[in-house]
Amino acid sequence: MDALTLLIPLSLALGLGALAAFLWTLRSGQYDDLDGAAHRILFEDDEAAGPPKDRKEIER
Amino acid sequence: MNAFVGTRLEAPQASTACAHCGALCPEEARFCCRGCETAHALITGLGLGRFYARLEGNAPKPEPDAPRHDLAARARREGETLALDLMVGGISCAACCWLIEQVLAREPDVVWARVALSTRRLTIRWRGAAARANDFGARIAALGFAVAPFDPSCLAAGDRAEANWLLRAMGIAAFASMNVMLVSVAVWVGHATGDMGPATRDLMHWVAALIALPAVAVAGMPFFRPAVAALRAGRASLDLPISLGVLATCAMSLSETIRGGDYTYFDSAIMLVFLLLVGRYLDRRARGRAREAAARLMTLNRAPVGVLDDAGVAHPRAPEEVRPGERVLVAPGERIGVDGVVVSGRTTLDESLLTGETVPRPAGPGDAVHAGTLNRDAALVVEARASGAGTLLAAIVRLMERAEQSRSRFVALADRVSRWYTPVVHALAIGTFLLWWGMFGVAWQQALVHAVAVLIITCPCALGIAVPAVQVAAVGGLLRRGVLITSGTAFERLAQADVAVLDKTGTLTLGRPVLQPGAWSGDDLRAAAALAAASRHPLARALAAAAPDVPAAADVIEHPGEGIARGAVRLGRAAFTGAEPGEGMELWLARPGRAPVRFAFTDAPRPDAGEAVAALAAQGLATELLSGDRAPAVAAAAATAGVARWTAAADPAAKIARLEALKRQGHRPLMVGDGLNDAPALAAAHVSIAYASGSDVAQAAADVVVQTDRLSAVPDTVAVARRAQRLVRQNIAISLGYNVVAVPLAIAGFVTPLIAAVAMAGSSLTVILNALRVERRTGWTR
Repeated sequence: MDALTLLIPLSLALGLGALAAFLWTLRSGQYDDLDGAAHRILFEDDEAAGPPKDRKEIER
Repeated sequence: MNAFVGTRLEAPQASTACAHCGALCPEEARFCCRGCETAHALITGLGLGRFYARLEGNAPKPEPDAPRHDLAARARREGETLALDLMVGGISCAACCWLIEQVLAREPDVVWARVALSTRRLTIRWRGAAARANDFGARIAALGFAVAPFDPSCLAAGDRAEANWLLRAMGIAAFASMNVMLVSVAVWVGHATGDMGPATRDLMHWVAALIALPAVAVAGMPFFRPAVAALRAGRASLDLPISLGVLATCAMSLSETIRGGDYTYFDSAIMLVFLLLVGRYLDRRARGRAREAAARLMTLNRAPVGVLDDAGVAHPRAPEEVRPGERVLVAPGERIGVDGVVVSGRTTLDESLLTGETVPRPAGPGDAVHAGTLNRDAALVVEARASGAGTLLAAIVRLMERAEQSRSRFVALADRVSRWYTPVVHALAIGTFLLWWGMFGVAWQQALVHAVAVLIITCPCALGIAVPAVQVAAVGGLLRRGVLITSGTAFERLAQADVAVLDKTGTLTLGRPVLQPGAWSGDDLRAAAALAAASRHPLARALAAAAPDVPAAADVIEHPGEGIARGAVRLGRAAFTGAEPGEGMELWLARPGRAPVRFAFTDAPRPDAGEAVAALAAQGLATELLSGDRAPAVAAAAATAGVARWTAAADPAAKIARLEALKRQGHRPLMVGDGLNDAPALAAAHVSIAYASGSDVAQAAADVVVQTDRLSAVPDTVAVARRAQRLVRQNIAISLGYNVVAVPLAIAGFVTPLIAAVAMAGSSLTVILNALRVERRTGWTR
């Protein structure tokens, strides 16, 4: 029983963390262009306009 | 012989490809035109020369007279920055997206620039003045891409919000079902080994309830809302049994948890929601293209027109706001935005969008012109007679919408199944409850558990995935071959089609003229091609294409609607060259001291037209030709392709009438077309295919859009549709088969949560695996 009191909250916390990460990716528009994303990784990102200069820009 | 023709012929240079767009260019020049040279200089000057290495296909050729929109007015303020959404035309691959983003990133005030490859939509954010928007637009246009403002209020915006809503619900359901399953597996093992105490089991049930109940409340909304809407409207839909099943399962499991019962079904409830959301999301993605086409169409309609004031200055205004009597300036290369009469200017008009006729019509003062027509050669001033909803273009679109309404009554197979499925399932559940409670006299709670078990087992999980899984697999396979499916029920209706009605121009034929053999020599051809290479007239282009290694002559003067001249050498209409006009499409070449030479053109059938018609016949589809063109041309095309039945000189209304007549005879016509004049017919047919080379309206009206030049794509798509439909039927049979086996078990009370979970996952996996077979054996078998 002692193990459960630790493990159940722990597994839930991990799951919730993953869910939060998913909701963040969704909100920042990372699923808007799946075709483009598949090709985009093929280009080096050295001087891309992609990463916005401050995070707030992409959250509507 | 004229001296310059002689020198040109002595040294036919090996032609080189343009360093920007890859088109053939004169002599040893690196570029085919000024625009390409500028674009190439811009790209290499910014150090982005890698673009050419990354490009798949060709870069778009800059059009110097592409329409310019006032983009500054479209910029919107978002906090400290300004934002602008644009539709970008000419993007062929990811390298184009990369190039546009990189070029904009070089602008110091741009904060963010991103092109979505799937929607061809560019979003720019920058700090500073709104007027900079036009600079950005000009930059992108200089690279060769067409830009138009994207209206965020049009339906694509709401569409994306809906997609995100479904995705979010799916994420929540996935998280919850995994965690509930973690708890449930522990309980199942406890049941199997018998060493889990009741206290631990109850704790586990409470944990499961804690995760599952909020998750179902949030993630179940995509089903609950339409179910309530359907209930209010008095319709049966698949959402109703889903919602009832999920809610009843949750309620029963909660009561069992409070009671300290042996079994709860939280895992089944949330897994059901997750699997169904997967089905719904796939379904939506398969249909997304249609909405994009509609959004593009709306963007195109919004091209501004230049209204002239008393001082003769043009002010851009939305076409529907032009009042009759006002004068509109139409630049060469622009589409006319209103119906009206030409006041001044002399040009040729490309009316192919409206009439399907590919040969341009000359127009001068006093001639009537229609909205949607492309002005080709010279600036025109048009006095507006009608605008917006009063134009011929709007009338055709209305005709199309009316025709489309009749088709929207088509009910998909899955919905027909759900119509009788829902009452049967609910009757079974009530019967089970009455059986246990009334006949066997168990406690009502226990009877309810058995009744809900029936609901869980019959919940149309596999049924919800059966159709979308096949569609996604088939749509994906066709997409790779250049065939876009834009309607959710296209496969079903394609599989039922028994008559194929083809348009001629642009469908059975390529929609562009091709030079015919005649009484001309190789020297004649080269002399003519040297002049023709300088013109954008379709016949001149066809002539130049017949002799691609002949460079364009310099100092050529084009007389709009008449022909091309260089000194005493003239190429053009019969009257322009002093010859007697003949039949059909022709160009005459006149040189001093020689008789005029005639070049005849026809709109050549697609190379595989005969083969495709034969393939359709083998599939049991009788083919007929329905064209707005003149009878001799239609008869000739029908004979070449082996089509027995044809109708000529059919206007949009006549095309609809023919399709209605076919329907009355009990046929299910498949219409294949490309022009705006085909759009109402496409909408009126049982199912329709449009060629992407045609107008956007036609594509928006069609169920299927074909992006290749092969006519065989039509029988091939029919073959895939029939195969997909067979798999859909199999899938529905499989999911119903599972129920036939599992329902007696549920009624008898043998269904534990473990069995329910296995049955659900098993049936869903089976239909998904079965759906994948659509890809495996297509191979364009006929």
